Amino acid sequence: MDQSLGPQGLQSRVEEYAEQARDIARSRGYWATVLHRLLRDPVSMACALVLLTLILLAVLAPWLTPYNPSQGSMLNRLAGIGTPGHWLGTDGQGRDMLTRLMYGGRYSLVMGIMPVLIAFFIGTAMGVTAGFVGGWANSLIMRTTDVFFAFPAVLLAIAISGALGAGFVNAMVSLTLVFIPPIARVAEGVTTAVRHLDFVEAARASGAGALTIIRVHILGNVLGPVFIYATSLVSVCMILAAGLSFLGLGVRPPAAEWGLMLNTLRQSLYVQPWVSVLPGAMIFLTSLCFNLLSDGLRSAMDIKR
Amino acid sequence: MLSFVFRRLLYVIPIALAVAAVCFSLVHLAPGDPLTAVIPPDAPQEVVAAITRAYGMDRPLVVQFGSWLGRAVQGDLGVSVATGRPVLIDIQRALGNTLLLASAAAVLGFGIGILLGVVAAVHIGGPIDRVATAIAITGVSIPHYWLGLLLVVVFSVYLDWLPSMGAASGGSANWGWNWDSLRYLVLPAVTMSFIPMGIVTRTVRAAVAEILHSEFVMALRAKGMGSARIALHVGKNAAPTIMAVMGLQFGYLLGGSILVETVFSWPGTGYLLNTAIFQRDIPLLQGVILVLAMFFVGLNLLVDLLQSFADPRIRRG
Amino acid sequence: MLPPALEVLDLKKHFVTRKTLLGKPDRVVRAVDGVSFHVARGQTLGVVGESGCGKSTTARLLMHLIEPDAGRIRLHGREYGNVGGLKPVSELRQRMQMVFQDSYASLNPRLTIEDSIAFGPRIQGQSRSESRQLARDLLDQVGLNPDSFIRRYPHELSGGQRQRVNIARALAMKPEIMVLDEAVSALDKSVQAQVLNLLSDLKRDFELTYLFISHDLNVVQYISDHVVVMYLGQVVEFGPVAQIYEQPAHPYTRALLDAVPAQTPNSRKAHTVLEGDPPNPIDPPAGCRFHPRCPFAEPICAEREPVPVRVRPEQESACHMVAPQSGHSRHLTMIPLTSTLPEEAVA
Repeated sequence: MDQSLGPQGLQSRVEEYAEQARDIARSRGYWATVLHRLLRDPVSMACALVLLTLILLAVLAPWLTPYNPSQGSMLNRLAGIGTPGHWLGTDGQGRDMLTRLMYGGRYSLVMGIMPVLIAFFIGTAMGVTAGFVGGWANSLIMRTTDVFFAFPAVLLAIAISGALGAGFVNAMVSLTLVFIPPIARVAEGVTTAVRHLDFVEAARASGAGALTIIRVHILGNVLGPVFIYATSLVSVCMILAAGLSFLGLGVRPPAAEWGLMLNTLRQSLYVQPWVSVLPGAMIFLTSLCFNLLSDGLRSAMDIKR
Repeated sequence: MLSFVFRRLLYVIPIALAVAAVCFSLVHLAPGDPLTAVIPPDAPQEVVAAITRAYGMDRPLVVQFGSWLGRAVQGDLGVSVATGRPVLIDIQRALGNTLLLASAAAVLGFGIGILLGVVAAVHIGGPIDRVATAIAITGVSIPHYWLGLLLVVVFSVYLDWLPSMGAASGGSANWGWNWDSLRYLVLPAVTMSFIPMGIVTRTVRAAVAEILHSEFVMALRAKGMGSARIALHVGKNAAPTIMAVMGLQFGYLLGGSILVETVFSWPGTGYLLNTAIFQRDIPLLQGVILVLAMFFVGLNLLVDLLQSFADPRIRRG
Repeated sequence: MLPPALEVLDLKKHFVTRKTLLGKPDRVVRAVDGVSFHVARGQTLGVVGESGCGKSTTARLLMHLIEPDAGRIRLHGREYGNVGGLKPVSELRQRMQMVFQDSYASLNPRLTIEDSIAFGPRIQGQSRSESRQLARDLLDQVGLNPDSFIRRYPHELSGGQRQRVNIARALAMKPEIMVLDEAVSALDKSVQAQVLNLLSDLKRDFELTYLFISHDLNVVQYISDHVVVMYLGQVVEFGPVAQIYEQPAHPYTRALLDAVPAQTPNSRKAHTVLEGDPPNPIDPPAGCRFHPRCPFAEPICAEREPVPVRVRPEQESACHMVAPQSGHSRHLTMIPLTSTLPEEAVA
């Protein structure tokens, strides 16, 4: 038997593996470390699981339910929770609530995420440009965002939607416009801070051009914080998007969307109160999970502890 | 100091102008002719031209903006297309109701928020902190229009304690400082207080916790200063940040009341805005948004000035 | 005689910190106001002065990281600048490299040590494998084991290790001149000594010329051949290190040296206390900028700005007391150079 596997030898092996593991951890890179930390946070993982389930339910809805989301039976109007065949009841037109909630996730999730995502790209581009170029470009971009900051977000979204008229695309446009200024402002702030760090000076001293410096040295340090900030906006966007539909400014009937469903079911509030508030519960659940996940991401990315 | 105030005041002018321009341009964002609500679809060409001229829509945009702005500054926000009443009269009445609702929600939300935030900061990391943080995150994650409906289900449908609609029995004109009227205020005010409550809790918790762990508070403790006097120091240092957040939140309450007002049929500016949107009453829409946005601009200015008085560091920037 | 490796003539930079409402400059900081010096090839020039005297701005101006308002920068007699007819700044930046004070802020936290060092050579057009090999070689040169450091991130290194990486990163550009801006100031004393020794070795091995900026007079004395003393954006004294430290001519240099704690109790001297902070460079005093704090100030000092005068071979000083017929009642020879200051000037 190998002599080195005695207690002494084993100890040295253990140390060797530990050192190796440490090296692997070191070489793993920043984002891998963040992911690793996020995976170990139970609250974040629970939220991610819930959101993943909601997304899967929305995508796979046609295969999971036998009902048509926009066709109901007048004989089955406003069935209560627990009705056989309609476990979450039916709405005022006898449509299956579970089916409509699953389908509703398609619009609601897209309207909650997409505007923030688009605003993330546009806002970051604007903010990085303003922060890196400085001078008149900064003034032009930041003073423009100031004008949008002079409106409360809800009012701005409703004003633009109200002027453009109801509709899925119009709602997306107005929500995107609402989220560009705050993202641009955060991106500008972070970029300005990073731009004055010595490693950017050192890169300039190496003869690197502006685009190379932005790509290698600025974006890597700016995208992270701006992304965390953007994720914290998804929850707001969910609530606002559903709110627009609730007011009749989002998707149009008979499409299933949680905010719109909540609006139509208001008439049934006195008949089937608990069925009527179900769509709102979905908005709440989604927005809560996005909020908690964003908080988890924030602490996972704070790698310096 | 004076120079800061002057600069800040001067800066409001271009912002206010730009805000007015955005409000004005809303008409032109709208698809189709803004006069569709006034002109019958089968009107002959001459009538269309006459109405267009009467509303001044045939002149260049800049001229239209100038005259619109000139009238708006004098308090003439135009005439509602739907009712024929001057827009300002409707807005004034609605603004009073919204201010009442927003103030009630602010008192409630800020009060509970400060309380929860301070308690959480003092017991940071402990179970009390976790409960307070959970309440705060619920406050900012909950769709408030849904919360309103939930409250209606519980307090109006099941318990039948509180009314679910309107501002007073027999219409908002009958509103008075009595229990019968105040009952109408309870549900919408509670509903609206949730978001500011959540945000103020988070802000106060972060600000107070940071100051409590700062070296200067440790020095005060080391000197043997009592808790009450330390609390005074902490409060003084946390106040500017918290004040700024509260000011902003009050602005959001005023400008973001549309959803809650729609749920409770509260006759405020939000409800008016909703009406304007669905009747495509463009002068009313412009007027409401302009007044609310100007309120918000003014509030921001006020917060900045108050903050600069409270915290000398801000003036330097 | 060969031209100096680096020669700086009348360098100037004024920052506008506030404008009037009409956009006219209202407050101007004269950060660097007519600085001149030169370093011979293979030598080290120390630059000393209190914080805020314009040392770091001078370094950044040399690299054209900040565009100078005026002045000439010559390397081996060839002038560089962003004006037509001059040699390009891009070449200047390659021949001259810089190490910054904050070792953490000067490394991109998202890049590995290897990527940070290899960045410059990659920009200069070297292949990936070439620049990687260069990074490994340089890490070895600065005393860090390439195998264990190459894949690490800056936050996993100590301050001294990070500063070694920064030196390697500067060397990767194959410079002739290194500008060391408070490069060891943030390090512990023991680590400081190691890095200083490393710098001496590297200077010999790579035939470098150093511009060593520091507020630490002991460190400057240890490493420098010549010294420049700066006060409020101007050079007040310039000369060989031994002369400056043993026979300072300018009262400011004396005061600075007096403020250095003595190594042995017996050599403790009477202190000239430099009263107050340096006046604000926003409104520098008229005449000699040091006169409000100078124990020998006379009316002439507030009226006329002194020009640098040769006091000994290679040593120049900008003080009315060293200039003959300047109108100052004292003259350099009246003050015994071996002691520090006359009794009445001792606080």
